[in-house]
Amino acid sequence: MEYISIAVEAIFVKNILLAYFLGMCSFLACSKKVDTAVGLGFAVVFVLTITVPVNWLISHFLLEPGALKWLSPSFNDLDLSFLTFICFIATIASMVQLVEMVLDKFFPRLYHALGIFLPLITVNCAILGASLFMAKDQMALGEATVYGFSSGVGWLLAIASMAAIRKKLRYSDLPSGLKGLGITMITTGLMAMAFMCFAGISLEKKKENISPPAVQPIDDQRNPEDN
Amino acid sequence: MASAKKLLMDPFSDNNPITVQVLGICSALAVTVKVETALVMALALTAVVTLSNFVISLMRNTIPSGIRMIVEMAVISSLVIVADQILKAFLFDISKQLSVFVGLIITNCIVMGRAEAFALQNPPGASALDGLGNGIGYGIVLISVASIREILGFGSWFGIRLLPESYVPNGLALLAPGAFIILGLLIWLQRTITKRVED
Repeated sequence: MEYISIAVEAIFVKNILLAYFLGMCSFLACSKKVDTAVGLGFAVVFVLTITVPVNWLISHFLLEPGALKWLSPSFNDLDLSFLTFICFIATIASMVQLVEMVLDKFFPRLYHALGIFLPLITVNCAILGASLFMAKDQMALGEATVYGFSSGVGWLLAIASMAAIRKKLRYSDLPSGLKGLGITMITTGLMAMAFMCFAGISLEKKKENISPPAVQPIDDQRNPEDN
Repeated sequence: MASAKKLLMDPFSDNNPITVQVLGICSALAVTVKVETALVMALALTAVVTLSNFVISLMRNTIPSGIRMIVEMAVISSLVIVADQILKAFLFDISKQLSVFVGLIITNCIVMGRAEAFALQNPPGASALDGLGNGIGYGIVLISVASIREILGFGSWFGIRLLPESYVPNGLALLAPGAFIILGLLIWLQRTITKRVED
């Protein structure tokens, strides 16, 4: 049950793209065609599902304060958490490389379908972002895996629907300055607004530890008319 | 000197990293609820992109092209770690508000993009100027978005109250959709002024 609420929360309520703005660059660059958008979306799901638990293991057994005590009691006070960023990004880069090799060897058709998107995932901020949120919220291993997978699904959902909208957008008559990036941003804003409706879903036994980022405003101070 | 001026000034508007090159959108939206956080973020990114361009340009003739991405990543993430530690030491409150977005400077496309597109081909001095210019161009957009959002959403600017108490804050400007729409409109404005058309 707990896992389902984490999944629903990560896919709809706190969609990694529409609520946290992560992965915008590739979202804007690759949402022109539905095929590529879906391909990239699946690659992101795949990589997120692998990297978040791997990064959990790294941060849990190597980096957290006192995490190295399985090696020797003298490492009890060692705190390597300042190395978090560089370790996470190295893991992501090498996992992407590994995934690429495995796919090339065993699933060549999928590999060719994903093409250049696989290596580009290294610099997709959604991947690093999900790992950093996982570290910040101190999830357990199972939760982290579910969180990684469902963040990816949320991203896939957002980019696939955007690609579908942009397909229609091409035939609309827009002011010249608004074409391309401008209208895409505004459409994303409307999509984000639609996704905010999911914020009303109340999940039983809501997990307290998945906290919104501090820069997000507090909703309950809003005027009801603003909706 | 004209070329140095061009290097520095071009990214301010004509070749702005956010509105024209479409790089680094994520953080432009996430940290712009208040002008204060936007300013700190812009300073951190400017420092990182200037230094990383400088360092990568120094090494440009010795990096084997096969592993250049990894070398760039290593340089950038070390610089981001330094920036993060400095923010935690001196501006703890703001670093808490920025949460994971300081770490995400690593995957901010501006830093990587400028390293790939400029620093690998140009001498260190010019690369540092290019980095500085792009950092400032990013800062200009960040501060404009943050100013609009803070004035509409809180009725204040930089924590100073501008609008009268009777103003009802518009909460939408503070939420995710508001950020997307404000940046979209800003891009429209900027492209109408510079007459740049995307097909």
